[in-house]
Amino acid sequence: MINNILKNEEKAIFALRALYKQYGYLSFKMSKFEEYDLYVQNKDFLVSDRVIAFNDTDGRFLALKPDVTLSIIKNTVEEMGCKQKVFYNENVYRVSGSTHQFKEIMQTGLECIGDIDIYDRFEVLYLAAKSLAEVSDDFALDISHMGIISSILDEASDNEIFKKEIIKLIAEKNSHEARALCKKYGISDNAENALLSLISMYGDMGTVLEKLLPLCEGKGAKDAYNQLSTLCELLSKTELGDKIRLDFSVVNDMNYYNGIVFKGFLNGIPEDILSGGEYGTLMSRMGRKSDAIGFALYLDLLEALDASKTEYDVDYLLLYNDNNTIEQIIVKRDELSRNGNSVVAQRAIPSKLRYRELVDITGEGK
Amino acid sequence: MINVALPKGRLGEKVYQMFERAGYECPSIKENNRKLIFENAEKGIRYFWVKPSDVSIYVERGAADIGVAGKDILLEYSPEVYELLDLNIGKCRMAVAGKKDFYDDNQRTLRVATKFVNIAKSYYASKCRDIDIIKLNGSIEIAPILGLSDVIVDIVETGTTLKENDLDIVETIVPISARLISNKASFKFKTEEIEKIVEGMKAQVKFDD
Repeated sequence: MINNILKNEEKAIFALRALYKQYGYLSFKMSKFEEYDLYVQNKDFLVSDRVIAFNDTDGRFLALKPDVTLSIIKNTVEEMGCKQKVFYNENVYRVSGSTHQFKEIMQTGLECIGDIDIYDRFEVLYLAAKSLAEVSDDFALDISHMGIISSILDEASDNEIFKKEIIKLIAEKNSHEARALCKKYGISDNAENALLSLISMYGDMGTVLEKLLPLCEGKGAKDAYNQLSTLCELLSKTELGDKIRLDFSVVNDMNYYNGIVFKGFLNGIPEDILSGGEYGTLMSRMGRKSDAIGFALYLDLLEALDASKTEYDVDYLLLYNDNNTIEQIIVKRDELSRNGNSVVAQRAIPSKLRYRELVDITGEGK
Repeated sequence: MINVALPKGRLGEKVYQMFERAGYECPSIKENNRKLIFENAEKGIRYFWVKPSDVSIYVERGAADIGVAGKDILLEYSPEVYELLDLNIGKCRMAVAGKKDFYDDNQRTLRVATKFVNIAKSYYASKCRDIDIIKLNGSIEIAPILGLSDVIVDIVETGTTLKENDLDIVETIVPISARLISNKASFKFKTEEIEKIVEGMKAQVKFDD
């Protein structure tokens, strides 16, 4: 019964809340507004750098939250050896990618902040996969590692403009322009080949790790590779392992993200519905010593999955007039709604209402 | 089933021929009628013709799994898609053109007429040049002649239209050609099919010497 009433996104909220609580994540509730300054300082961290800002009655310059992570970091207390695990379900306001206009976006997600270790990274990745599985069986979680990408880039060149452009091409899986860009900047053949094979790598964890190994010779890349392969090994042992793949086109801003990054997709939704990663660099930019990893799910996208188009708005339209007593209407309505059917009582037939059956009691009056 | 958005017009026909040679033929597409959607169930492929500037929208929104769009459209709208292959056809360039006696006077704001507002803006921003953008939807070439703008930013194929209107190319912004693009989510769920198409198409690309 409940399942029929709730929409996809509402069902997801309940299921995810239960999931995160089960893993000891605490609910984090916050205000809709935040000091505008917070976003100015970390503009590039935001999906879109446009925010809705306004002056509060006391003159403070505030913004309607475009993001949740920054507010959570601001409010966490660091404790040696410990981590804070929180989840949230909030609306955020930002320019949406496909419409280029401001939108209210329903977002749920979690953050694990503090002295995080390999277990925490695994737990967050597993919960990301589990969150997708809660919503649909047909999902894909793609993982990448900024540590590997940035080490390979560092070896190729120290030109920041080149790095910025090549990252964009990696995200597009655009090997033809990447090749041209490498030629333009005089990148060595070895480094060019490494970058091109990074772009072409996509698939199950085992196969990609094997191809990736020869590219990770530098110290930084090796450490990142070891971390990634440990995580892949752990994930492949779970029941969701076959849905998880490695894809280096998942890239995030290197000024904020330094480790694992990932995106989740559901079959039937044209864009990524889950996005997350390890943002240690953002933490240190915000004056924190510890590390953090988290993800967000954009629940409003789930509307697209709702294939169950209803034929009727209500089951019964109960038509009455002044001749009927109130008791008559109540008795008839109770009778009709007995099996969980919906009944709307009206004096006239609304032109836009779709009903399964019309029950006219106007003739049964006094 | 893979849905393919093809750009209506001459370029689209060339692109379809590449698909056909790659083994994804759909004979009904050659029938001369007004139908817009064609399917070959056996090959698991469905083509549809859309306005060239709309291809990236169909692909970004997932109505098409893959499509072929000009680089000009991809640069202008920056859709969230994968750009998997340069088909090396439909070649032209995005260029700045002005009257034959045009001289770029750095002391004045440059008036730029174009259909490609974002490309023009980011190009001049990279040169720190102050510009006044005039968005037009067609017949861009007459803007400098009538004094509406100092220069235009537009696609130049052979340069004939420019020549006939007494305009010269001032500089080339970027070379343009047709690209095979894919929806990001489709790529995850139809990986094998899409990769196979890309491989087939790659074999059809004629590279310059």
